[in-house]
Amino acid sequence: MAQKPIEGEKKVFMTGNEAVAWAALAAGADIMYGYPITPQNEIMHYWTRLAPKYGRKFLQTEDEISAGFTAVGGVLAGRRAFTATAGPGNILMQESMCMAEMMRLPTVLVVTQRGGPSTATVIYSQQEVTMTCYGGNGEGFRIVYSTAGQQDLFDYTLKAFDVAWKYRFPTFVLGDGYQAKMREPLVIYDPEVRGVTITPSEPYMAKSGKPGVDRPPTHLRNTYNMEEELLAAVNELANAYAQMAPQVVESQEFETEDAEVVILAHGVVSRAAQGAVKVLRSQGYRVGHFRPITLRPFPDEAIKRVAEKSRRLFLVESSQAQFRKLVTDSLYGVSTPLTSYLKPGEGITVDEVVAEVKKLF
Amino acid sequence: MAVQPQPQMPKVWRTETKPHKFCPGCGHPLVLKAIGEAIEELVIEERVVFGCDIGCSLLAWDFFNLDSIQTHHGRTTPVITGVKRANPDIIGIAYMGDGGGYAIGSQHLVNAATRNEKITVFLVNNTQYGMTGGQMAPTTLPGQKTETSPYGRDPETTGYPTLGPEMIAAITGPNAYVARGTVSNLRQLKRMVKRALENQMEGRGFSFVEALSLCPTNWGTNAEETWHWLEEDMAKYFKVGELKVPGEAKEG
Repeated sequence: MAQKPIEGEKKVFMTGNEAVAWAALAAGADIMYGYPITPQNEIMHYWTRLAPKYGRKFLQTEDEISAGFTAVGGVLAGRRAFTATAGPGNILMQESMCMAEMMRLPTVLVVTQRGGPSTATVIYSQQEVTMTCYGGNGEGFRIVYSTAGQQDLFDYTLKAFDVAWKYRFPTFVLGDGYQAKMREPLVIYDPEVRGVTITPSEPYMAKSGKPGVDRPPTHLRNTYNMEEELLAAVNELANAYAQMAPQVVESQEFETEDAEVVILAHGVVSRAAQGAVKVLRSQGYRVGHFRPITLRPFPDEAIKRVAEKSRRLFLVESSQAQFRKLVTDSLYGVSTPLTSYLKPGEGITVDEVVAEVKKLF
Repeated sequence: MAVQPQPQMPKVWRTETKPHKFCPGCGHPLVLKAIGEAIEELVIEERVVFGCDIGCSLLAWDFFNLDSIQTHHGRTTPVITGVKRANPDIIGIAYMGDGGGYAIGSQHLVNAATRNEKITVFLVNNTQYGMTGGQMAPTTLPGQKTETSPYGRDPETTGYPTLGPEMIAAITGPNAYVARGTVSNLRQLKRMVKRALENQMEGRGFSFVEALSLCPTNWGTNAEETWHWLEEDMAKYFKVGELKVPGEAKEG
């Protein structure tokens, strides 16, 4: 049996789904629980082919409810457990992810967004932002990375396993069908050669020693009898989340320093924004781009700084303002005018971003 | 004269959380006693992960000196499946009611049984939803009055009681253990519980025990009527005995 899935570094040409499977292997993921749904399927396909070679496991469950809850079980047993889904499957997984929030269980869930509402399409979309960030009857005590391409999918899947176990909040890698199925060049690597450490996992249940004799038993619940009890529990979660946020929050800026107009975009749309900045700069327009990488926690301070010094904000997303809600909530009190370009479930090109931004000059 | 101690309870019962939170006359503590004694006799306290469902079964979340997880309604089977798949040394127990197993979690029960998951499911059948106030369950008897069948369950419109162990026996392979016990015969119930756990310990496969139980609170019955309901009315539909025993003669 091969020791390491990836020796050193390797330049490869891969789909996003393949990159996720390799990253999960490299991160030391022990077990994947999954249920078929497009465009996530190839994560399972690559995992089922690769995992046995490295002593890792896979279980195909009866539905996404079960995939989410079995992943919760894998975490309770102390293993790096993950699952992947999209659209209607993401809906079904909200139940287990809420339980993971309440109990601080570090599940890792890769979401390859598809169009919505309902079954819709399986290609380009950013319509699972609200659900992935705030789904279920919870308070959004989650970490959500919005990736913009194959390298991101590898890097942030790797990172997801680290931060999930470090901070014990359910962690999401939010991609989409376009990234999932498209091939791009990227570098995959053994985290060790890059000095990337992955926080070790440990069991919640069945630790050594007789429970109640050698050690107290682990009793985990998510039911509370009294309002005061619940408030104390949620306050504790909120405090832990607030303490964690500055360590985890991430964003990226492109030529924002002297920008008159700043394009706000995340995920795959950020690629169009990055391309547009290059074109517009070459034509003399002072345009920059701000990209939140974590949607939860949201980079409030960084976006405020950028927004305050620019003349105008241009927000573009492949959804009917799900991302804008995060932005406007974050920018409350900032008076910089904001123009939106919303295309729910349709791809966004460099050309159209260039054309729209030019209207603002 | 010294006060007589209470009847001997399993050491695996956590004294700090007693008296327990179940209603007087409830059948759950009897089933939990059988489970506790079986675990103790098998000396598997260190290896057990005890999962309990939503409904009255959730009140067992801190009942034992065992590592325990209280899950969502119907989702105990997949949680324990996930635990067991990730670490096969663990003895995984999923504890639930009839609603959790036969209604909201039925797809999980059916598929865990079909896949021959090496876990043990204990399902307490008291013919209605207890925690939510006595609604009709898949196991409610024809004619039985509940909050959602106030004129009695009509099989024409709501079907007949789910026969869980019969269904599980039909869809499992030869290595599954399947039985139905009753709290009116605790010795037999404990034997079944033990055999179910042994089936998992020996790595044979899925094991399932339904326990016929009591709910005088929602049945609105006195002691005599309660036992009559269990031993006469429920017995008409739910036959007690072993339905599947790997490689051995069945009891009942």
